[in-house]
Amino acid sequence: MDELERAIVNRLQGGFPLAERPFAAVAQELGTDEATLIAKLKDMLAAGTLTRFGPMYDVERMGGAFTLCAMRVPQADFERVASLVNAHPEVAHNYARAHEFNLWFVIAAASRGRIAPLLAAIEAETGYAVLDLPREQEYFIELRLVA
Amino acid sequence: MNATDAAIVRATQAGLPLVPEPWRAVAESAGITQAQLFARLSAMLADGRIRRIGAVPNHYRLGYTANGMSVWDVADDAVDALGARVGALAFVTHCYRRPRRLPEWRYNLFAMVHGKSRAETDAHVEQIRALLAPALRAHDVLYSTRILKKTGLRLA
Repeated sequence: MDELERAIVNRLQGGFPLAERPFAAVAQELGTDEATLIAKLKDMLAAGTLTRFGPMYDVERMGGAFTLCAMRVPQADFERVASLVNAHPEVAHNYARAHEFNLWFVIAAASRGRIAPLLAAIEAETGYAVLDLPREQEYFIELRLVA
Repeated sequence: MNATDAAIVRATQAGLPLVPEPWRAVAESAGITQAQLFARLSAMLADGRIRRIGAVPNHYRLGYTANGMSVWDVADDAVDALGARVGALAFVTHCYRRPRRLPEWRYNLFAMVHGKSRAETDAHVEQIRALLAPALRAHDVLYSTRILKKTGLRLA
Protein backbone atom coordinates (compact mmCIF):
# COMPACT_ATOMS: atom_id res chain seq x y z
CA MET A 1 0.00 0.00 0.00
CA ASP A 2 1.47 3.41 -0.95
CA GLU A 3 1.31 6.62 1.11
CA LEU A 4 -1.79 7.95 -0.63
CA GLU A 5 -3.65 4.67 -0.17
CA ARG A 6 -2.73 4.65 3.51
CA ALA A 7 -3.92 8.26 3.87
CA ILE A 8 -7.19 7.38 2.10
CA VAL A 9 -7.88 4.45 4.43
CA ASN A 10 -7.10 6.51 7.51
CA ARG A 11 -9.11 9.57 6.41
CA LEU A 12 -12.06 8.02 4.63
CA GLN A 13 -13.55 5.33 6.89
CA GLY A 14 -16.16 7.98 7.62
CA GLY A 15 -16.82 11.67 7.19
CA PHE A 16 -17.14 11.77 3.40
CA PRO A 17 -18.51 15.29 2.84
CA LEU A 18 -22.02 16.16 1.73
CA ALA A 19 -20.81 18.70 -0.80
CA GLU A 20 -21.03 19.44 -4.52
CA ARG A 21 -17.47 18.24 -5.11
CA PRO A 22 -16.71 15.99 -2.14
CA PHE A 23 -13.73 14.24 -3.73
CA ALA A 24 -12.13 17.62 -4.46
CA ALA A 25 -12.57 18.63 -0.80
CA VAL A 26 -11.02 15.41 0.52
CA ALA A 27 -8.24 15.53 -2.09
CA GLN A 28 -7.25 18.98 -0.87
CA GLU A 29 -7.01 17.68 2.72
CA LEU A 30 -4.82 14.80 1.57
CA GLY A 31 -2.58 16.99 -0.58
CA THR A 32 -3.67 15.51 -3.89
CA ASP A 33 -6.22 16.39 -6.57
CA GLU A 34 -9.74 15.23 -7.34
CA ALA A 35 -8.89 13.15 -10.42
CA THR A 36 -6.03 11.35 -8.67
CA LEU A 37 -8.20 10.55 -5.63
CA ILE A 38 -11.05 9.19 -7.77
CA ALA A 39 -8.66 7.08 -9.85
CA LYS A 40 -7.03 5.75 -6.66
CA LEU A 41 -10.39 4.80 -5.11
CA LYS A 42 -11.33 2.94 -8.31
CA ASP A 43 -8.03 1.06 -8.20
CA MET A 44 -8.44 0.19 -4.50
CA LEU A 45 -11.98 -1.12 -5.07
CA ALA A 46 -10.90 -3.13 -8.12
CA ALA A 47 -7.95 -4.59 -6.20
CA GLY A 48 -10.12 -5.46 -3.19
CA THR A 49 -8.25 -3.16 -0.77
CA LEU A 50 -11.62 -1.50 -0.22
CA THR A 51 -14.77 -3.60 -0.27
CA ARG A 52 -17.18 -0.68 -0.56
CA PHE A 53 -17.43 3.09 -0.80
CA GLY A 54 -20.58 4.93 0.24
CA PRO A 55 -23.08 5.24 3.11
CA MET A 56 -23.11 2.38 5.63
CA TYR A 57 -26.65 1.78 6.77
CA ASP A 58 -27.67 0.35 10.13
CA VAL A 59 -30.04 -2.42 9.07
CA GLU A 60 -32.03 -2.48 12.30
CA ARG A 61 -32.44 1.29 12.53
CA MET A 62 -33.60 1.24 8.89
CA GLY A 63 -36.44 -1.04 10.00
CA GLY A 64 -34.83 -4.26 8.83
CA ALA A 65 -33.59 -7.21 10.83
CA PHE A 66 -30.16 -8.63 11.26
CA THR A 67 -28.94 -11.84 12.80
CA LEU A 68 -25.78 -13.91 13.16
CA CYS A 69 -26.15 -17.62 12.44
CA ALA A 70 -23.91 -20.58 13.12
CA MET A 71 -23.94 -24.12 11.76
CA ARG A 72 -22.03 -27.28 12.62
CA VAL A 73 -21.25 -28.97 9.29
CA PRO A 74 -19.13 -32.08 8.64
CA GLN A 75 -16.07 -31.20 6.51
CA ALA A 76 -17.12 -33.62 3.78
CA ASP A 77 -20.40 -31.72 3.34
CA PHE A 78 -19.04 -28.22 3.92
CA GLU A 79 -18.85 -26.92 0.33
CA ARG A 80 -22.37 -28.07 -0.49
CA VAL A 81 -23.83 -26.41 2.59
CA ALA A 82 -21.83 -23.19 2.09
CA SER A 83 -23.14 -22.92 -1.50
CA LEU A 84 -26.74 -23.48 -0.40
CA VAL A 85 -26.43 -20.82 2.29
CA ASN A 86 -24.71 -18.33 -0.03
CA ALA A 87 -27.45 -18.74 -2.65
CA HIS A 88 -29.83 -16.74 -0.42
CA PRO A 89 -29.53 -13.02 -1.23
CA GLU A 90 -30.30 -12.15 2.43
CA VAL A 91 -26.99 -13.79 3.43
CA ALA A 92 -24.62 -10.80 3.45
CA HIS A 93 -21.45 -12.31 4.90
CA ASN A 94 -20.38 -15.90 5.37
CA TYR A 95 -17.16 -17.09 7.01
CA ALA A 96 -15.58 -20.46 7.58
CA ARG A 97 -14.20 -20.59 11.13
CA ALA A 98 -11.96 -23.06 12.91
CA HIS A 99 -14.41 -24.40 15.52
CA GLU A 100 -16.98 -27.12 16.07
CA PHE A 101 -19.45 -24.51 14.76
CA ASN A 102 -17.58 -23.94 11.51
CA LEU A 103 -19.97 -21.92 9.31
CA TRP A 104 -20.92 -18.38 10.44
CA PHE A 105 -23.10 -16.07 8.42
CA VAL A 106 -24.99 -12.82 8.77
CA ILE A 107 -28.54 -12.42 7.51
CA ALA A 108 -30.00 -9.01 6.69
CA ALA A 109 -33.73 -9.17 6.01
CA ALA A 110 -36.39 -6.56 5.38
CA SER A 111 -38.12 -7.43 8.68
CA ARG A 112 -37.80 -9.67 11.74
CA GLY A 113 -40.67 -11.79 10.43
CA ARG A 114 -38.65 -12.81 7.37
CA ILE A 115 -35.85 -14.40 9.39
CA ALA A 116 -37.57 -17.45 10.91
CA PRO A 117 -38.87 -18.80 7.56
CA LEU A 118 -35.49 -18.19 5.97
CA LEU A 119 -33.68 -20.14 8.70
CA ALA A 120 -36.25 -22.93 8.40
CA ALA A 121 -35.61 -23.05 4.65
CA ILE A 122 -31.83 -23.26 5.18
CA GLU A 123 -32.29 -26.06 7.71
CA ALA A 124 -34.56 -27.97 5.30
CA GLU A 125 -32.23 -27.49 2.32
CA THR A 126 -29.05 -28.44 4.15
CA GLY A 127 -30.27 -30.94 6.72
CA TYR A 128 -28.43 -29.19 9.57
CA ALA A 129 -29.65 -27.03 12.44
CA VAL A 130 -28.98 -23.29 12.49
CA LEU A 131 -28.18 -21.36 15.68
CA ASP A 132 -29.91 -17.96 15.54
CA LEU A 133 -27.91 -15.40 17.55
CA PRO A 134 -29.46 -11.94 17.06
CA ARG A 135 -27.75 -9.01 18.75
CA GLU A 136 -29.52 -8.01 21.94
CA GLN A 137 -27.21 -5.12 22.77
CA GLU A 138 -24.44 -3.33 20.92
CA TYR A 139 -21.54 -1.87 22.86
CA PHE A 140 -20.12 1.33 21.46
CA ILE A 141 -17.44 0.91 18.85
CA GLU A 142 -15.38 3.23 16.71
CA LEU A 143 -14.91 1.17 13.56
CA ARG A 144 -11.52 2.28 12.37
CA LEU A 145 -8.55 0.15 11.53
CA VAL A 146 -5.25 1.96 11.07
CA ALA A 147 -3.48 1.28 7.78
CA MET B 1 -38.76 4.02 5.74
CA ASN B 2 -40.47 6.58 3.51
CA ALA B 3 -40.37 6.42 -0.29
CA THR B 4 -37.67 9.10 -0.61
CA ASP B 5 -35.36 7.39 1.86
CA ALA B 6 -35.97 4.04 0.17
CA ALA B 7 -35.03 5.58 -3.19
CA ILE B 8 -31.83 6.98 -1.63
CA VAL B 9 -30.96 3.58 -0.17
CA ARG B 10 -31.54 1.91 -3.54
CA ALA B 11 -29.34 4.49 -5.26
CA THR B 12 -26.44 4.07 -2.80
CA GLN B 13 -26.44 0.57 -1.35
CA ALA B 14 -24.10 -0.75 -4.03
CA GLY B 15 -21.78 2.21 -3.40
CA LEU B 16 -21.36 5.80 -4.56
CA PRO B 17 -20.51 6.52 -8.19
CA LEU B 18 -16.85 7.54 -8.42
CA VAL B 19 -17.38 10.75 -10.39
CA PRO B 20 -16.61 14.37 -9.45
CA GLU B 21 -20.23 15.04 -8.42
CA PRO B 22 -21.41 11.73 -6.95
CA TRP B 23 -24.24 13.21 -4.89
CA ARG B 24 -25.73 14.90 -7.96
CA ALA B 25 -25.85 11.49 -9.66
CA VAL B 26 -27.49 9.91 -6.58
CA ALA B 27 -30.06 12.72 -6.34
CA GLU B 28 -30.95 12.30 -10.02
CA SER B 29 -31.41 8.57 -9.70
CA ALA B 30 -33.55 9.05 -6.56
CA GLY B 31 -35.60 11.74 -8.34
CA ILE B 32 -34.85 14.55 -5.86
CA THR B 33 -32.64 17.65 -5.75
CA GLN B 34 -29.15 17.58 -4.28
CA ALA B 35 -30.32 19.87 -1.45
CA GLN B 36 -33.13 17.43 -0.60
CA LEU B 37 -30.64 14.57 -0.69
CA PHE B 38 -28.28 16.33 1.73
CA ALA B 39 -31.17 17.05 4.12
CA ARG B 40 -32.26 13.39 4.12
CA LEU B 41 -28.69 12.05 4.48
CA SER B 42 -28.00 14.50 7.35
CA ALA B 43 -31.16 13.32 9.11
CA MET B 44 -30.20 9.65 8.65
CA LEU B 45 -26.68 10.33 9.98
CA ALA B 46 -28.12 12.18 12.97
CA ASP B 47 -30.52 9.39 13.99
CA GLY B 48 -28.04 6.57 13.33
CA ARG B 49 -29.73 4.99 10.32
CA ILE B 50 -26.51 5.78 8.49
CA ARG B 51 -23.49 4.85 10.61
CA ARG B 52 -20.94 6.65 8.48
CA ILE B 53 -20.20 7.56 4.88
CA GLY B 54 -16.90 6.46 3.45
CA ALA B 55 -14.66 3.54 2.59
CA VAL B 56 -14.83 0.02 3.98
CA PRO B 57 -11.34 -1.47 3.96
CA ASN B 58 -10.66 -5.16 3.58
CA HIS B 59 -9.06 -6.12 6.92
CA TYR B 60 -6.85 -8.71 5.29
CA ARG B 61 -5.42 -6.21 2.78
CA LEU B 62 -4.48 -3.84 5.61
CA GLY B 63 -2.39 -6.62 7.07
CA TYR B 64 -4.96 -7.59 9.71
CA THR B 65 -4.76 -11.26 8.85
CA ALA B 66 -5.45 -12.70 12.32
CA ASN B 67 -9.14 -11.91 12.79
CA GLY B 68 -10.71 -13.68 15.69
CA MET B 69 -14.29 -13.74 16.86
CA SER B 70 -13.83 -13.92 20.62
CA VAL B 71 -16.81 -15.28 22.54
CA TRP B 72 -17.32 -15.04 26.29
CA ASP B 73 -19.64 -16.54 28.87
CA VAL B 74 -20.11 -13.59 31.23
CA ALA B 75 -22.46 -13.44 34.23
CA ASP B 76 -25.74 -11.84 33.13
CA ASP B 77 -25.68 -9.17 35.83
CA ALA B 78 -22.22 -7.97 34.75
CA VAL B 79 -22.29 -8.31 30.98
CA ASP B 80 -23.58 -4.83 30.08
CA ALA B 81 -21.10 -2.92 32.23
CA LEU B 82 -18.18 -5.07 31.09
CA GLY B 83 -19.33 -5.19 27.45
CA ALA B 84 -19.16 -1.41 27.25
CA ARG B 85 -15.52 -1.54 28.40
CA VAL B 86 -14.65 -4.26 25.88
CA GLY B 87 -16.31 -2.28 23.07
CA ALA B 88 -14.16 0.73 23.93
CA LEU B 89 -10.88 -1.16 23.28
CA ALA B 90 -9.20 0.10 20.10
CA PHE B 91 -8.63 -3.36 18.58
CA VAL B 92 -12.29 -4.40 18.96
CA THR B 93 -14.39 -3.53 15.90
CA HIS B 94 -17.72 -5.07 16.88
CA CYS B 95 -19.00 -5.95 20.34
CA TYR B 96 -22.44 -7.39 21.00
CA ARG B 97 -24.47 -9.24 23.59
CA ARG B 98 -26.31 -12.19 22.05
CA PRO B 99 -28.56 -14.91 23.53
CA ARG B 100 -27.14 -18.17 24.81
CA ARG B 101 -28.48 -21.32 23.09
CA LEU B 102 -27.97 -24.02 25.71
CA PRO B 103 -26.70 -26.67 25.66
CA GLU B 104 -24.93 -26.06 22.33
CA TRP B 105 -23.89 -22.45 22.84
CA ARG B 106 -23.05 -20.89 26.20
CA TYR B 107 -21.41 -17.59 25.13
CA ASN B 108 -23.33 -14.31 25.51
CA LEU B 109 -20.69 -11.68 24.64
CA PHE B 110 -19.04 -11.42 21.21
CA ALA B 111 -16.06 -9.19 20.38
CA MET B 112 -14.34 -9.12 16.98
CA VAL B 113 -10.60 -8.74 17.48
CA HIS B 114 -8.15 -7.82 14.74
CA GLY B 115 -4.38 -8.26 14.74
CA LYS B 116 -1.53 -8.38 12.27
CA SER B 117 -0.40 -11.72 13.64
CA ARG B 118 -1.89 -14.54 15.66
CA ALA B 119 0.39 -13.50 18.56
CA GLU B 120 -0.93 -9.93 18.46
CA THR B 121 -4.55 -11.11 18.40
CA ASP B 122 -3.89 -13.57 21.22
CA ALA B 123 -2.44 -10.71 23.28
CA HIS B 124 -5.60 -8.65 22.62
CA VAL B 125 -7.76 -11.59 23.71
CA GLU B 126 -5.70 -11.90 26.89
CA GLN B 127 -6.35 -8.21 27.62
CA ILE B 128 -10.11 -8.81 27.28
CA ARG B 129 -9.88 -11.90 29.45
CA ALA B 130 -8.20 -9.90 32.23
CA LEU B 131 -10.91 -7.23 31.99
CA LEU B 132 -13.75 -9.77 32.16
CA ALA B 133 -12.08 -12.04 34.74
CA PRO B 134 -14.32 -11.26 37.73
CA ALA B 135 -17.48 -12.33 35.87
CA LEU B 136 -16.04 -14.77 33.35
CA ARG B 137 -16.97 -18.47 33.22
CA ALA B 138 -15.54 -19.56 29.87
CA HIS B 139 -14.30 -18.17 26.58
CA ASP B 140 -13.13 -19.22 23.13
CA VAL B 141 -11.73 -17.60 19.98
CA LEU B 142 -12.97 -18.57 16.53
CA TYR B 143 -10.49 -17.65 13.81
CA SER B 144 -11.82 -17.21 10.31
CA THR B 145 -10.20 -19.53 7.80
CA ARG B 146 -11.98 -18.36 4.65
CA ILE B 147 -14.40 -15.66 3.46
CA LEU B 148 -17.20 -17.56 1.74
CA LYS B 149 -19.31 -14.50 0.89
CA LYS B 150 -19.09 -10.77 1.51
CA THR B 151 -21.56 -8.43 -0.13
CA GLY B 152 -22.99 -5.08 0.76
CA LEU B 153 -26.22 -5.25 2.70
CA ARG B 154 -29.27 -4.99 0.50
CA LEU B 155 -32.07 -3.10 2.19
CA ALA B 156 -34.45 -1.91 -0.48
